[in-house]
This record gives sequence, structure tokens and C-alpha cells, in this order.
Amino acid sequence: MSDKRQSLGDAIAAHVHDADAIALGLALESGIPFAAVHELIRQRRRDLTLIGPISDMAFDQLIGAGCVTRVIAAWVGNVAGGSGYCFRRALEQGIPHPITVEEHSNFTVGLGLKAAAMGVPYLPTLTGIGSDIVRDHPRIRPQDDPFGGPPLLAVGAIRPDVTIVHTQRADRHGNAHLWGNLGLTLEGVYAARRTIVTCEEIVADEVIRSDPNRTVIPGLLVDAVVEVPGGALPASVQGYWRRDFETFLGYHGRSRTLEGYRAWLDEWVLGIASRDAYLAHLGQPALDRLRVRDQRLAAAANFAP
Amino acid sequence: MSAIATYTRRELMVVAAGREIHDREVVFVGMRLPLLGFGLAKATHAPEAVGLFENGIIRDRPAEAFIYTMGDPPNIAGALACVGLLDVMSLLQQGRVDVGFIGGAEVDPLGNLNTTWAGGEGRPVRLPGSGGGQDIASLAQRTVLIMEHEPRRFRERVSYVTSPGHFPGRRRGGPATLITTLGVFDLRQGRFRLRSLHPEVSLAHVRAATGFAVESDGTPAVTEPPTQEELAYIRHADPQGFWTGDHRGKGGD
Repeated sequence: MSDKRQSLGDAIAAHVHDADAIALGLALESGIPFAAVHELIRQRRRDLTLIGPISDMAFDQLIGAGCVTRVIAAWVGNVAGGSGYCFRRALEQGIPHPITVEEHSNFTVGLGLKAAAMGVPYLPTLTGIGSDIVRDHPRIRPQDDPFGGPPLLAVGAIRPDVTIVHTQRADRHGNAHLWGNLGLTLEGVYAARRTIVTCEEIVADEVIRSDPNRTVIPGLLVDAVVEVPGGALPASVQGYWRRDFETFLGYHGRSRTLEGYRAWLDEWVLGIASRDAYLAHLGQPALDRLRVRDQRLAAAANFAP
Repeated sequence: MSAIATYTRRELMVVAAGREIHDREVVFVGMRLPLLGFGLAKATHAPEAVGLFENGIIRDRPAEAFIYTMGDPPNIAGALACVGLLDVMSLLQQGRVDVGFIGGAEVDPLGNLNTTWAGGEGRPVRLPGSGGGQDIASLAQRTVLIMEHEPRRFRERVSYVTSPGHFPGRRRGGPATLITTLGVFDLRQGRFRLRSLHPEVSLAHVRAATGFAVESDGTPAVTEPPTQEELAYIRHADPQGFWTGDHRGKGGD
């Protein structure tokens, strides 16, 4: 397999284009690829469609930065804080410009991605019957059960141009180990035309092969793999980083006003050259608090033939 | 089991939520207060309950430390399984979840919840959206709703149905209980009946804070206050009062 290692800047430049549909935040609250999100903002991507289940704060930042014209998601906000103020400003006041939202639930986002991942045009479901979300929906339609049962809803395939995920470790070919809850990570990767993996560590090929059940993302689906320690902060990464709740809450407070959001963006994204600079700006006391240093190792699994 | 006089309104809501979980049930645990309610039930009267979290966590122990979200590391460590969102949603869709918890910004007498667009009279306010709420409301065997009790939130008809309540042709489940900052309500059969008033809350207060008729039989019961054991668990799980402090808490926005 080929060596797919790239710098974050090069990976975003090569694989994410204006007007792409990007899936991220697929594990829900953990492992959100914030380093890649901030690089998208610095590279001034425009007219993006964002796809994801709940998008804790990441979608809000991209919307506020003017990168987004469409959102396909179940929830946009700040999980511990509440509202996403950039999302609200865009929808209530058209600031910085109007965006459209294709409303979903977590299940229907997942079914749309799964349909694309399976190579079928839609999947049937029972969720949403009686909800206003599915009324006149562009991608969710009533469907008769061909086997004669009660009516269903059909969720059309959602195909991202690019899926971006952050995992604990990967080899240079992009075969990636991920542990902790998976959310829609598999569906998002299998559905996408291209995938970028950012990870805490790039490890030797044999480390990945030692535990193939933990290889959630096969490298054949990956276009670029980028070593970005701390690349999900302020989101948590099991075994590496705790949740940086102060940054989530600080952003929630500061983004309440447009001026506050712009100052936050200047301080934490536009005025920051790289993830290393982000970590330096967080400061050593915060890093010491967030870094997981304890070990609770899983029992080894014997793969001897 | 003696009651303690000093507790916050939110601590009482967590206790009421925990009491909606019966032992050995499969619980779809929502965001915010239900995270604590599930742990409380596990630590007290429902030791054999199992929790499903929409991010793919299945666990039968309370989180190992304070959590802001279901994805925080103390909710993953010691889990029974970490799977995908579609796996737990599929169990929900099969009907294998006994009870699910959802919050909302607006509710109506049928238990319809709105978490999408609010503000009928004033300028519309965009809310975060469904998350897993629509799915839990559609597919759980019964749902427990948790709400701030304010007149603007209790409407004759919500302006947008994000998470469906009772409607003709519903295949299963529907809202069973509503827990608010003022009381506990029974929503079964599409009726809106007072089950209990929280201590020091009057029926007149509830009626004034509710934009539609509330059924009440005779003298209303009073919500059973938290026990020492229940409060001890909550204060261990939320030591700073982030979720349960009436004044200190920041998590209710």
C-alpha cells in the first residue's frame, strides 16, 4: 500500500474543495477533528455543505467563519452549553450569510450515510412518522412496504465528498485504530468519496496488524493520514485527552455576540498557525490537566493462527 | 430513607427522572439531566438496568466520574460495549428499549416536543434541532420528557413537532411522563394530568405557568423529596452542581 502521510495543510488543500459536502464529528461528542476544522477556516473554504449528527461546536465555528451554505444535520449547537450562536445568527439574521438546513434526526442522518455506504438509494425506517421534520423533506419520503406491512419512511442516501475523522492511531497507509464509541464513523467513511484521517500517532504497520478488529477504518478508503497530536481538542480522545470543557464553555460565552465570535476566531484560529501553536496557546497547565497519563490497558487478544 | 430539607429544584428533577427507570429495564439515556438520572437509578433502585447512549455506548454502571456529555471518557471507561449509533438506534427501532428520555423547549398537551424553531409571537428563535429526540419519541416503548415549566414553553399546540407525542396511528409508545421544574405529569392516553406537585408549588402556580388546561383529581400529591442516599449520589456525580445547582448550574440554556 502507498504512503498516504501528509501535513494537515496539504491534506486539506489537496482533498477538500469549495462547494464540497464534508462529514465530520461522526463519533458525536468525542474525537471531533477540530484541527482540521480550523485548517478549513484558515484556508478559507467556501460554500461547504456540512454533514453530521450533532456537531458539537465545530459546525457553529465553520458557519460563523462563512465557510458554509448548507447543513445536513440532526443538531447544531454546543452540547454542554446549549445554543450555537453562529448557527442562530445565520438562520435568524443571515449573518454572515444565509444558510439552509436539511433537518434530520441522528437516526436519519445515519441511515442516509448507511445507504450511501451500502450503495443503495435509500433505506426504510419507522423513525419520524408523526414528526414535522419529515414533512416535505427533500430526502425523506413516505414509502409503502413491498411486503404489505404498514407504511414506512424512506431515507435517501447521503454521500459526502469528504469525510474527516480523528482516531487514536493509524499506520502510514491510513489503516486506523479507533476505540471508544463509534457513532457514525464507519458509515461516514464508507459513504464518502474521499477520507482524511487525523490521528494522535502514526505507528508501525505491525501495530495495526496486531489487532485487526480495532481497525475501524481500512486504509484502502483513506486518501490522507495526518499525525496531529491533540487534533481533536477541545473534544476528548479516549486514552489521550480529556474533554476541555473550559474551551467549550468559553466559546459558548464569547460567541454569544458577533464581535465576541470574531475575537475568539482571531485568537484561536486565524491568529494560530498550526495545532502545535494551538496547544502552546492553551498553555502547559491546561495541557497537563487535559492529557491522560493514567493507563488502563485492555486485555490482550491472542491472534495466533 | 429520611428526606433532606435542602435540595435544588434540579436535584428533585433528577430524582424524579431516576424513579421513572425500573429495575432490569433497557434505557435510552438522553443528554443533560437524564445522564445523572440513569446513574442515580443504577446506584439505588435499578441496579440491573442497562443504558444505551446514542453515540454507541452500552453500559450498566454509572459513569466513573462527572460528565458533561455522554461521550466523555468516564462514560466510555468500564462500558459493556462501544458500538455504533445505528446499532443502538436499531435496538430502539426493534422495540427493545423500555424507556427513553428527551428534553424540549416547547411542549403541548399531546406531548409533542419542539426543539427546532421556537417563539410563536416574537422573532423566531432557532433551536439546535432533534438530535436523537425524534428517534426516541418515535420508537421507545415509553418516553419521559423533561422541561423547564414556563408559560411560553407550554403551548396549546407546538409550532413545530420535532419529537412526536400522541397521534392517531402511532405504532407504539409515546410520552408517559413529563417532569418539569414545578411537578410531574402523566401524559398517557394523550391526556395531560397532574401526578404530583413539587414541594411548595401550588396548583394555581402550575395552571398559571401552563398555556392549556391541566387535569387534576382531588388534592394533588406532592413529589416525594430526594432521600439522603439519592442526594449523596447526585452530589458525588455532580460535585460542582453544574447540572443540578439552581444558581450555579450553567447547563440549562
